[in-house]
Amino acid sequence: MALIFNTVEFFNLYPASEFFTSLSWAPSFSGRGGSSELGLLPLLWGTLYISIVALIVAVPIGLFSAIYLSEYASSNVRSFAKPLLGILAGIPTIVYGLFALLTVGPLLVSVFGDGGWLGVSWQGGGRAVMTAGLVMGIMLIPFVSSLSDDIINAVPQSMRDGSYGLGATKSETIRQVVLPAALPGIAGAILLAASRAIGETMIVVLGAGAAARLSLNPFEAMTTVTAKIVSQLTGDSDFASPEALVAFALGMSLFVITLTLNVIALYIVRKYREQYD
Amino acid sequence: MTDATITPVPSPPKTPLTEADPRTKKRNAAEKRFQYYGIAAIAVGLFFLIVLMVSIVRSGLPAFTQAVVSVDFTLTEEQYDEAEAQLFKTAAYQSYFNAVLREELRERGLDVDFDEAAIERILGKTGGTLREFFRANEDQLGQPVSFELSASSRVDGYFKGRVTREALQDSRFLQQSDLDLVDALADAGIVFSALNWNFITGADSGVDNPGGAGIGASVVGSFFMMLVVLFLSLPIGVAASIYLEEFAPQNKFTDLIEVNISNLAAVPSIVFGILGLAVFIQFMHLPQSAPLVGGLVLALMTLPTIIISTRASLKAVPPSIREAALGVGASKMQAVFHHVLPLAMPGILTGTIIGLAQALGETAPLLLIGMVGFVARGYPDGFVAGFTDPNSAMPAQIYTWAARADVSFYEKAWGGIIILLVFLLTMNAIAIILRRRFERRW
Amino acid sequence: MDDQRIIERTTVMKDIKIAATNVNVFYGDTHAIKDVSVGIEDKAVTAFIGPSGCGKSTFLRCLNRMNDTIDIARIEGKIELDGEDIYDKRVDPVQLRAKVGMVFQKPNPFPKSIYDNVAYGPRIHGLSRNKAELDEIVEKSLRRGAIWNEVKDRLDQPGTGLSGGQQQRLCIARAVATEPEVLLMDEPCSALDPIATAQIEELIDDLKQRYSVVIVTHSMQQAARVSQKTAFFHLGDLVEYGETGHIFTNPEDSRTESYITGRIG
Repeated sequence: MALIFNTVEFFNLYPASEFFTSLSWAPSFSGRGGSSELGLLPLLWGTLYISIVALIVAVPIGLFSAIYLSEYASSNVRSFAKPLLGILAGIPTIVYGLFALLTVGPLLVSVFGDGGWLGVSWQGGGRAVMTAGLVMGIMLIPFVSSLSDDIINAVPQSMRDGSYGLGATKSETIRQVVLPAALPGIAGAILLAASRAIGETMIVVLGAGAAARLSLNPFEAMTTVTAKIVSQLTGDSDFASPEALVAFALGMSLFVITLTLNVIALYIVRKYREQYD
Repeated sequence: MTDATITPVPSPPKTPLTEADPRTKKRNAAEKRFQYYGIAAIAVGLFFLIVLMVSIVRSGLPAFTQAVVSVDFTLTEEQYDEAEAQLFKTAAYQSYFNAVLREELRERGLDVDFDEAAIERILGKTGGTLREFFRANEDQLGQPVSFELSASSRVDGYFKGRVTREALQDSRFLQQSDLDLVDALADAGIVFSALNWNFITGADSGVDNPGGAGIGASVVGSFFMMLVVLFLSLPIGVAASIYLEEFAPQNKFTDLIEVNISNLAAVPSIVFGILGLAVFIQFMHLPQSAPLVGGLVLALMTLPTIIISTRASLKAVPPSIREAALGVGASKMQAVFHHVLPLAMPGILTGTIIGLAQALGETAPLLLIGMVGFVARGYPDGFVAGFTDPNSAMPAQIYTWAARADVSFYEKAWGGIIILLVFLLTMNAIAIILRRRFERRW
Repeated sequence: MDDQRIIERTTVMKDIKIAATNVNVFYGDTHAIKDVSVGIEDKAVTAFIGPSGCGKSTFLRCLNRMNDTIDIARIEGKIELDGEDIYDKRVDPVQLRAKVGMVFQKPNPFPKSIYDNVAYGPRIHGLSRNKAELDEIVEKSLRRGAIWNEVKDRLDQPGTGLSGGQQQRLCIARAVATEPEVLLMDEPCSALDPIATAQIEELIDDLKQRYSVVIVTHSMQQAARVSQKTAFFHLGDLVEYGETGHIFTNPEDSRTESYITGRIG
């Protein structure tokens, strides 16, 4: 409720049309005044870009480990590898943030940066879309893997038997029967992971940088909705200024986006479960 | 017959079963490849885990040690009176100390010349510490007192290999010649690495003093927050689950609540932070940076976790137990509270501990309610003050250090992570033990 | 003299498609199949009957190594398909199952279109070179599955949308599409209503012209209706094996008699 109230107040001070369509984000630091440009799009772009990188990392690794664990691995391997991957899920995000800032960022710079191993100078600083995306991907691996594992296990054994009975190999069965059958559920799981990535804060605050820009270069620093919420509301700001109130509008947008994703994802997963119950 | 019109596909030459035909070989190769993808995926995941762990341990362990200078120092009463009579009192103490240090080096046959400025670069201003000690303990005057003084963060870094001779540029913080002196002192056993208790028990220090920063105060902050979380979310969560699971009618409304609870669990934590800021600080005017507010926000986040796990463990109690209780004339209330709840308790506790562990590591909402920056200055004065005095929490403290410009703080941040992970590991281990011990199969 | 005995045996082998000798199956500590030897004839229907849990399905699954997918199952003895030991280390179960197809108790169409369901086997085994050939195979198989007329106008619709009986016939068509030599059926009618059952039984009778069909069934009437040979299993033992007519009218073992007269099972 308070969120809505503050959001409404923000839109009283700042036109909504500009908030949703403006292509630039340039708050003035003077506090009050109409000189600030507070466009959502650059932030949303950064958020999406980082989330996409994260999913590109997490989905194949998570999905393949789920497939291996549920279809191939012996129970010994399973009881050993599953909790280990689970540890990745239990690590607080601040740890990943620090990991991005102090380990992965410098590492990427030493590969892609000026004078790096590849001899290219794509990356200027440790904070970049790539850094945050990669680390966020690592964080999401166990999330994707455990959800997909559940979903793959829900595919009835009779379906697999049918395929084996026709002389299909295990991988043919998985690729052509199990995965298509599990597809809706896996799509739901990926949506849930995406909503997590969009709402993730600490990794992007520490790993992605603070510059709001619309760019395609994954080695550039960009910023996200969550990172901007933090930067607008920490420090001694005046709660009545548009620069602070914009955070509530950002939070509201974030809430709406993730909620929509979650509702769709949970609906899909539920529907999928019912199908095989 | 219809079949007759169809030209049969020339079947591949009949091979005996014991010989794989080329196509089967190809398919089996594809099978192997597919399996390797899976193994590779798991290996990559575990590789990341190992890299993460190694970098935490390697970068964090140095935070637990600190280079110290150990000197036996005797201050006579005359010296004390003399120093107190001067205008720059701490400078007087410092010169006494330097004299002792010089004497000590000479005694050990090391003839290294140094000036006052070098000592100051290595040890910081020692005079203040000495004066404070002797003013508080006047009875120690005239007796030898053994002091262990922390070296400056750059000297500390030199000890841990973070600062190297080659990379060092002379500055007002440290000079090449100072390192000779440090080496000499180290050879003499006056400077050595010791366990840094201050890091574990101390409070945060200012931005220019990384050596003195400790995580202790924020551990206390986290503890008070967890108390708030526990006492809010456990009763509310359990009550809500009991209602939903045992008493609520099955209708559209409870269905809606159920969907909302699972959605609530997936709302980004930062949104809870904004909510906390707006409701508790802006609207209710609770004090900023207080563990009470942090606890309230985290309790909101923990609630769905507790409700979900509580309902699962209530569901696991077989209906026969309820029926048995109802059958001997217990009311529904009695059946739930005397029979079902005790049986579900281990599951509820496990879920609660896991929820608390999540809350303990949560950072983003704390940033918004002002638990970052230079907040954890000291310990709260009492139990009540623990809830309301500005304090930090472990993850927020780690963030604060990570955001500071001085690289020496990074080491502290990694060290803080080790402590945080130790807490989390302990909590999860307790949860696992609880689950193992009370796991029941009906 | 020795030579003559060998010749005699090979003439017997000609009609035998699958020969099992002294087969034992263990599930962990349970001894599920005890020393079973049986010869299954080509171009005929063989029925396995017996009370629940007697091991008839387990034994059926041995014939195309479906038990390989169960970790704790262990098989001893020898099973030969056309004189080749199917449990030889060099035998690829994948290749074997292309020759020995299987239809299951519950209809299990894949979540794909009817066409793709039937085309699945030919595709993975590479039986067609182009779309036209594949179309031919699909049509031929659906005809053999006696379901072509019902589905020819909706080949692109999901196979899961069919009725139970249609689904089962689709599964039979799917199994037939890979050109197997033996068709194993594990209680193919137990999930179906009487009309669908009658259609499937008719189909099975048809199939025996081309394949060696082995059917596991609960129903003695069904065994009597469709099979030429019958094997009676009881508690993991093969009690009696012979001509169907003989077993039902003149059983040699008292347990067989008790079962077919309804006293056990």
